[in-house]
Amino acid sequence: MNIWLVMLAGGLITFGMRFSLIYLFGRFEVPETMRKALHYVPPAVLSAIILPELLIRDGALHFSFDNIRLLAGIIAIIAAWVSRNTLLTILVGMAALLILGWM
Amino acid sequence: MNEAKKIFWDGVRAEVPLLIGVFPFGMIYGALALNAGLSPVESQMMSSVLFAGSAQFVTAQLIQSATPGPVIILTIAVVNLRHMLYSASLAPYLKHLSMKWKILLSYLLTDEAYAPSVLNYEGKGITPAGHWFLLGAGFSLWFTWQVSTAFGIFLGARIPEELPLDFALPLTFIAMVVPTLKKRPMIAAALSAGVIALLAYNLPYKLGLILAALTGIIIGTMLESKASPGEML
Repeated sequence: MNIWLVMLAGGLITFGMRFSLIYLFGRFEVPETMRKALHYVPPAVLSAIILPELLIRDGALHFSFDNIRLLAGIIAIIAAWVSRNTLLTILVGMAALLILGWM
Repeated sequence: MNEAKKIFWDGVRAEVPLLIGVFPFGMIYGALALNAGLSPVESQMMSSVLFAGSAQFVTAQLIQSATPGPVIILTIAVVNLRHMLYSASLAPYLKHLSMKWKILLSYLLTDEAYAPSVLNYEGKGITPAGHWFLLGAGFSLWFTWQVSTAFGIFLGARIPEELPLDFALPLTFIAMVVPTLKKRPMIAAALSAGVIALLAYNLPYKLGLILAALTGIIIGTMLESKASPGEML
């Protein structure tokens, strides 16, 4: 199968999924339970992305003090909790990772 | 400055921290796609036709290993399944828009555009010019993705690996999610999703991510219905 055809079909399917509920919920009301449930999409999806980034190295769970991404992540979580500032959190987390990497 | 313009730039500004992490990611994709045997034009076009980071990495890999086309297409669909959740989540805020706007914003709806936008909408509610925020976040990401892909194609393998810039992405997500964790159901949703994501990490095609997200959503919703409003904090 041609690469262009694969890309085009994959692109159309991806667009279709992004468009699907924006389109449907424009025509029908969002059910109440669904509306409630949708509030939990951001914390659920973002945590499901964050935790493996901090804890998984080369496909395996890496839960120890040698894991500097985990330590830097914990420091960033504390910074985010205290400051509630995006830029500061990133700077603190990045600095923590670099310093821990040197040590 | 008019309202729409101001909100557009708010969206761009909210996106900037994410772009720091996206740029090296796009460069790595560009270099990897060439390496997988795609032509420079094919590699670049995939960034606008698919416009989905992880799906592009997977596609390049599968093309390299001569996977049959229908299997690649199916894989792209599964890897991008989470976008349906984003679509549902943003739908109430985009309901009033014309079809043209809905199509444009759907095309721009990636992980990195969704995250700052949904937080903005949950704080501000439905506003007449609110869609400009998603346009600002989505367009600045799109532009950065195209440019970084081109850099990666141009520079090939000459990208230094010492700088851990990829860490900027999880850091940005941490900065976004932590301040929202105030009520118990939210914390439970985040924790349960995180744990399932770790346990199910080795499932193929990011299915672990979908499973984790759905678990978190169900647990959060169930706890919310159980708690009386006074008990929530």
